Amino acid sequence: MSDQHPSSLSETSPQKTALWALHKEYGARMVHFAGYEMPIQYPDGILKEHLHCRAAAGLFDVSHMGQARLSTVGGESEEAAKILEALVPGDLLSLKNGEMRYSLLTESSGGILDDFMITRREDHLFLVVNAACKEADFQHISEKLGKKGTLEILQDHGLLALQGPMAVDVLSALAPEVAQLTFMTGMDVQIQNHSCFVTRSGYTGEDGFEISIPNEGVESIARLLLENSHVKFIGLGARDSLRLEAGLCLYGHDIDQTTTPIEAGLTWAVGKQRRPGGLRAGGFAGSDIIIGQMEGTAQRKRIGLKPQGRAPIREGADIQTPEGDVIGTVTSGGFGPSVGGPIAMGYVPIAYAKPGTPLCLMLRGKAISAEVVKMPFIQPSYKR
Amino acid sequence: MMLKFTQDHEWVLVDGTIGKVGVTDYAQQQLGDVVFVELPEIDKDMNKGDDAAVVESVKAASEIYAPLTGKVVSINESLPDEPSLVNTDPLGEGWFFSIEIKDLSELDQLMDEAAYNAHLENL
Repeated sequence: MSDQHPSSLSETSPQKTALWALHKEYGARMVHFAGYEMPIQYPDGILKEHLHCRAAAGLFDVSHMGQARLSTVGGESEEAAKILEALVPGDLLSLKNGEMRYSLLTESSGGILDDFMITRREDHLFLVVNAACKEADFQHISEKLGKKGTLEILQDHGLLALQGPMAVDVLSALAPEVAQLTFMTGMDVQIQNHSCFVTRSGYTGEDGFEISIPNEGVESIARLLLENSHVKFIGLGARDSLRLEAGLCLYGHDIDQTTTPIEAGLTWAVGKQRRPGGLRAGGFAGSDIIIGQMEGTAQRKRIGLKPQGRAPIREGADIQTPEGDVIGTVTSGGFGPSVGGPIAMGYVPIAYAKPGTPLCLMLRGKAISAEVVKMPFIQPSYKR
Repeated sequence: MMLKFTQDHEWVLVDGTIGKVGVTDYAQQQLGDVVFVELPEIDKDMNKGDDAAVVESVKAASEIYAPLTGKVVSINESLPDEPSLVNTDPLGEGWFFSIEIKDLSELDQLMDEAAYNAHLENL
């Protein structure tokens, strides 16, 4: 492994992304997040940033996330896909060149080590993993890989996300070919003579792109995007409220080593060929437990909740039955600016997971009525 | 009328024995977009420093403390429906509640505007 930043170092002295100075220039309030100094918000504030992203286009610096290329000695990405399939429940072999998939690194208990993105390229798989998990993830994948191939960690690349209904117009003005991409596909693109890899994906529920850029080009490309009057910088604060409204999991909160993909409502991430009767059924860490739960033994489920009134209910709040029995915990919650009210997600026993079920959420000693609702909380606008 | 400030970035506008309470512009900037306010009940007796109200921004919940000992005599009825008044007019329409001050000598422990501005300089 070539990662030169052990976690002990990153905890004491936060790292900076290639855009650190630009964030400061734009008046960002910086916080320590996953070993990095990152913008939580800009002067407009979280509410306006959130709404701007849903109305126009938002630019996010997500360079703290881990990027890597997984390749094998043979040189074809099929072999890399085969190896990685032992660690994830996803069907990676059926991915065509340029196709992207959301998947999960699982462990033998059925728990989730991380959620991540995999894009199949001609001669490698391109991986994007969570910042807080990246060292452990890359270690885990490297161990599985052994001498059969290489995991090249792209510390010399930044990652920008451009999200929102106007993202396609903004980016295609710089690289017209990106307009041809559909949701969860990617291509190589030259922007300002920098070799970038663009995928049509994101973490907001909006149409949009993620752009992997060599470090030396990140600031100039970010400046170019910000020159467009429809584009505003968006911080981690609004990134969280956007993903919550989109019903997307935040690792370490809504999913972790104690939750399985089935409990988390991510059964769709178990590929058809990895299920019983499939060509490559099982064979991933925790597959016995995970497939067993698919067949009906899961005890609990991640659900969406809509509390009555205006008070945000946050992570850690108890979920109770109307009779007052504690049955679960809120894993993410807050005010949804586009929803115009509080929203939350959490885990409850299967018997209480049906949309419409009345429950209560505890806030400062008071029980607030809430209803189980389907997620996402907003209508996503992915470009299928 | 006399305007006083606390270390916790609250203000009290004193008119006789009635003190109207709110948060300062600095506080609303730190809080960010306020989306919910929970106010005390009228007639509630509070000791100086007690939790008096709750402000929720998109980011987090924050307590508003009673700046003085006294009894709640009125609350800002507009605030629950329009919590953003805390951001747009923190020293005016965004006030929280008024109390009947029990011990006017407690006012001596609060800062005047010049002292509060100096306090901000040192943060």
